[in-house]
Formats: sequence, structure tokens, C-alpha cells
Amino acid sequence: MSCHVTAVAEPLQEKIPTPPGATPRMRTVALIGPPNCGKSTLFNRLTGMRQKVANYPGVTVEHHSGRMKSIGRNDLTLIDLPGIYSLATYSEDARVAVEVLTGKMPGVPKPDCVLLVLDATHLNRQLMLAAPVFSIGLPTLVLLNMSDQLEARGGKIDTLALARELGHPVALISAAQGRGLEAIPDFLLRAGSKLDDGLRPVQLPVLQSAASCRSWATQVTARTKYQSPAASLWTRRLDSVLLHRVFGPLFFLVVVIAVFQVVFTLGQPLSDGMGTFLTGAGAKAAMLLPDNWLRALLRDGLWNGVQSVLVFLPQILLLFLFIGILEDSGYLARAALIADRVMRSIGLNGKAFIPLLSAYACAVPAIMATRTIENKRERIATILIAPFMTCSARLPIYTLIIAAFIPNQRFLGGLLGLRALLMLGLYVIGFLAALITAKMLNSSVMKASHAPFILELPQYRWPTVTSLGLRLYDRGKLFLKKAGTIILGVTFLVWVLSVLPIHGGQFSALSTSVIGHLGHWIEPLLRPLGFNWKIGIGLLSSIVAREVIVGTLGTLYGMDPATHSLGLQVALRHDITLGGAIALVVFFAFAMQCTSTLIIVRRETNSWKLPALQFCYMTTVAYVAALVANQVISRLF
Amino acid sequence: MDVLALSDAKVGSAGVVERVDLPDEVSHYLAHLGFLPGTSVEILRRAPAGDPRVYRIDGVEVGLRNETAKHIFLRVISDTADNLPTETIEAA
Repeated sequence: MSCHVTAVAEPLQEKIPTPPGATPRMRTVALIGPPNCGKSTLFNRLTGMRQKVANYPGVTVEHHSGRMKSIGRNDLTLIDLPGIYSLATYSEDARVAVEVLTGKMPGVPKPDCVLLVLDATHLNRQLMLAAPVFSIGLPTLVLLNMSDQLEARGGKIDTLALARELGHPVALISAAQGRGLEAIPDFLLRAGSKLDDGLRPVQLPVLQSAASCRSWATQVTARTKYQSPAASLWTRRLDSVLLHRVFGPLFFLVVVIAVFQVVFTLGQPLSDGMGTFLTGAGAKAAMLLPDNWLRALLRDGLWNGVQSVLVFLPQILLLFLFIGILEDSGYLARAALIADRVMRSIGLNGKAFIPLLSAYACAVPAIMATRTIENKRERIATILIAPFMTCSARLPIYTLIIAAFIPNQRFLGGLLGLRALLMLGLYVIGFLAALITAKMLNSSVMKASHAPFILELPQYRWPTVTSLGLRLYDRGKLFLKKAGTIILGVTFLVWVLSVLPIHGGQFSALSTSVIGHLGHWIEPLLRPLGFNWKIGIGLLSSIVAREVIVGTLGTLYGMDPATHSLGLQVALRHDITLGGAIALVVFFAFAMQCTSTLIIVRRETNSWKLPALQFCYMTTVAYVAALVANQVISRLF
Repeated sequence: MDVLALSDAKVGSAGVVERVDLPDEVSHYLAHLGFLPGTSVEILRRAPAGDPRVYRIDGVEVGLRNETAKHIFLRVISDTADNLPTETIEAA
């Protein structure tokens, strides 16, 4: 028995408390570990599910559960938890992890045993969490993850010696490559049947201050002859360029511009091809139906609406491919470091950068990611400004308007296009609105706080084809699902309202229908922005979700006899001015057209006050900005 | 040996953490990243704007603003990173 910890006045830790009475059945297994050690990668391996994984700390902010199907243990539920450094909690995500682990989270059963995941390449530091986790008293398997990295960089671990030192079984695994995982079913079997694993309980640092855990961890690694791996030479070399005073920001800018350029040069032709195919397919399918109201509904109403959104699939996937590469490679944390100066000047913590960056995909996960921000006021500020970041749902209306109204002019030998530049401009004004809002909050409601900027920089890793492929697959599926549910539903409603009321068995003409009346009624309000009543209906319908406007416009222009045979781009060019078109995308840059975001803000702040304020504020900004854009452009051109 | 604020140490130099003078909730977090007395730390590089700077502590790279780093003190051991001791901590 190894007893080695000094200055301890508490009794020994019992390894497994024997429950009184009958043998209880094992049901729940918790996955715990420090941030960015690969818990979610392992979770996905063991359950066959697809929780989001990426190469930066704080990806998981909620608990997720799944059955351990992949190792044939359908009877066991595995709970994936946010990463923690200790059982003391300063942020929302850490609180969730500790409450679940100690059985205090309502609605989540107390775990019967624990898989403690540690990054094998930084064992000294990662082991600090082991002592507090062991002290909870549950059977625990220690999984030293990233064995591939450890070996590649010349590190060594004696797992048997470590198991003896810790008094708990230890296995070396690579969750990313699926190696060493056989230790897990073996452990679960033993833990379930209380088989002796031959390990003796050991004394742990009971004071559990960071310093005592640390010195204990260092002693353990020293006694087990742990050799930490050499620093990754690649990471150092890359950083000396990517964080360089001149090349760093330059690279950052090039990456951003490249994203938009590729969305147009590669995405637009793909999207056009898809449009041609879908229109053709719709027309062919419509020929099979008799020429009656049903055909009108299916082709002019639903198909026109849904397909005008579907054609943006290639652009959305390209955007997510880029986001995936940035997140998986580890560059995201560097970008946060480069951007900290700007964030600080507006009074935001550099930690707000990662949630804000993920808002470029979607504001909903971004708002949840603010849970990693310890300071409450900064968290609220970040939640308030996140929807100004240009999310992927704005991409369809942006690309539609830009492709319809902006000539495909190129500069710098064809490398840079006017369309990509305008798109970049829209992203920039969204970002500026966020900055200015944060600045205003900071100088009025939120007094500058002094939560420090502390950011771990992960090693660079190659994004794997599988991981990127799965992300795109999931994203594509989500997009198609949205097109098949929300967009289809709203489109159907728009169609119904555009043929009612029925007079003597005849549908109304578009302009005398319910929706025509509604549109004409709100038109005076939108006229100064350069919008006509159809755009107005589009705006109303897009409060559900931003993409919906494209579907609604597809339906409305498809139903109008004047524009029936034209594509949506051409129809728009005939119907609104350049000023109105630019005003429309400017409106979308600022407006809060997203019910899901409002609901998540309500959930995260526990009140309707913030989402209501956010909606009114953003809509006002959007209206004023669109008004200015239309007035200025219609005077200039 | 000189005791310096981490924010004043030159890029490329290395030393051992002497003490951390920060509020509990910050020093707690830093401690779990390795910022504890006795741990060796190396000043790796500056972000393009000069601040934050990147420190290598315990095999991990951590970015800190100077406003935080000026409350962490280190005993400088070398001005170049080459002869850094590999093991990190004194026994408690």
C-alpha cells in the first residue's frame, strides 16, 4: 500500500463503498476530464452518436447522454460532461459537470461509475483532477487519451505502475483512432459485478487545494517514470508564422477573404447547376399531375418555395467545411489570441471570441457556448451581441441578392471578386454592430469587469477527412430537414393565404388575396426602404427563420403571372431597385429574424426581458440602416 | 536570482514561478493550468499586437494578457530557452 501524501488529517479514502443489501444494477456511467482532453470524441466512439467535437477547450457545455451501443452495452447510459479542472466551479458549464457527477442534477441519475479521461501528453497537470474525482468514491477507470500523440513525440507511461499508485485501473487509449478501448467493457464488467481488480486503495491529498493536488500529481508521475513528450515542433513552427507580428494578421485576413471567394467561385456554379436540375425535375414531375389546383399548389406553391432554399446547400456546406477546418486544426484559439486586442478595446473578455466566432455558423450554439464565460455581465453582453454575427442562415438571402444585382467583376487577376467583397462587407457591418453594441453596454449598463483572458493553445492537428465529412453530412441533413419542415410549412401557409378567399370556386388573384392585402397594408412602412409588398411578406415570414424569406419569395414570384416563368433572380431584378436590394441585405445583417435564437436566449437568461429587448433593438437598427442604405444608393446610382 | 513580473520577462527567457498575486478565482484557474510556485515557465512569443503573450508552462501553451501576467512573479533562470530544467516542481 502506498501512502505518501503529507499534511493530511482526514481519514483514508474508501475505494468502492459497498452498498448495503442486494447487488445494485449498474446503469449510468459518467465521462469526466479536463477541457479538450477528448471526452466527446470518446463519447461518440462508445455510443455511435455524434456530439460536436473540435480542437479547443470548452466545446461541450451541456451534459449529453447516450447508450453505449458501440461496445455492446445497450443497458448502460453514458453521460458526456463539460471539461473541468477541479470540483470547484466558477463557470456554468463546470457547475453542470460537477452536479451530474455528484448526483445533484435534477433529472439525471447519479452515475454508478466514472471514466476519467486525461490527456496523456500533459499528465502532470491532468492528474490534478484525479484526486478530487477519486474522492467522490465511485469506481473509476483512468483513460489516458491521445496515446498516438504521446508515442509520436517520444513520451512514455507505465500504466501498471500508475494504476498501483492511483489505486484505480488505468488504460492508454486513442479515442481519435479507436485504440485501447477494449479496456472499457472489461472495466464496466468488473465494476458491475464488484470483481476485485487487485488494486489497493491509496491515500489521496484530501485538502485538495490546487497546490496539494499538484504536488501529489508530480510525485506520482515521477515515481511511475512518466516521460512527458517533447513539444510538438510543428506547432512551434506554425505559430512562429501564424502568430507573427505581420504574417499572423495577414494570414487571418487571407483566410477570411478566401472563404467568401470560394463560396462564390465554387459555390455559385454548383448552386446554379442544382437550381437548373431542381426546376427541371419539378416541371417534369408536375407534368404527371392533372392541371388543377393541386398541381398549382405543388409546383407554384411548395416546390418553388422549397427549391429556392435548397439550391443554397453547396454554399452552406462550403462554409461549414471552412469552419470545420479552422476548429479541428487548432487555429481557432490562435485567432482568439490575435483578436484579443480588439475584444479588449470594446470591454469584452477574449474568451467571448470563441462563442462569437461560432456564431458565424449559428447563434444558438454560440449563445450556449457563452457558458464558459465566468463573469455574468460579460456573458450577458456576449449573448446580446452574438446574433449580430453573420450566421449561415443569412447566406441564402445574401447570395441570392448579390448574384442577382452585383456584376461578376474581378480584380487582382481574377483572385478577388466584387461579389465576394460585398459579402465580406456584410459580414464586417454585422461585426461592427456587435462591437458598437458591446461598447455601449460596457460604458453604460455593464461596468468594465476584470475577468482575465486565459487561453490554452492546443497543439495543431490535421483535421481528419472522416471528422470533416461527418460534420458536413450532419449539417447537410440539418439543412434539408429545415427545408422539409419549417420552410415547407411556411411556404404552404403563404400559398394558402395567397389564394384565399375563394370566390365562386375560383382562387383569388395574388394581389387581392389575404396575403396581398396584408402585404399592401404594411407596404407604406417599407416603401422608404425600397421594399415592395412581396419583400414585406418575406420579412414577416422570416421571423421564423432567416432562410424562409427565400422560400416565401420563391412562392410569391412563382404565383405571380407576371414573373411566373422567370427565375427568382430575374424576377427580383425586375421588381426592386438596386437600392432596395442592398437595403434588404443590410436589413438582414442586423435584424433578429430567428425564433430559435430568441428561445435559447430566454432559456439561458431565464426571462423574456432580454430576448424582447434584443428583438426590438436589432429590428430598429436594421430598419434605420436599411433606410439609410436605400436612400444613399438610390441617390448615387 | 532576480524576481520579475512575468509580463516584464523577455521573450525567449525562462524561469520558475515564484508566486501568483491574483484573486482566488483567477489564481485557482491558473493553478490548474500549472501556474503554481515551483513550476518552470518559458516566455514563448507575443501575439501580433504585442499583448497577450504566450507562455509555455508544463508543456502547455497558455495565452495571458499582460494585465494578468504582471501579477505573476518568476525567478529568471535563463535568458534563452535552451537550458530549461525538464522536471518542474519541488516536493511539497
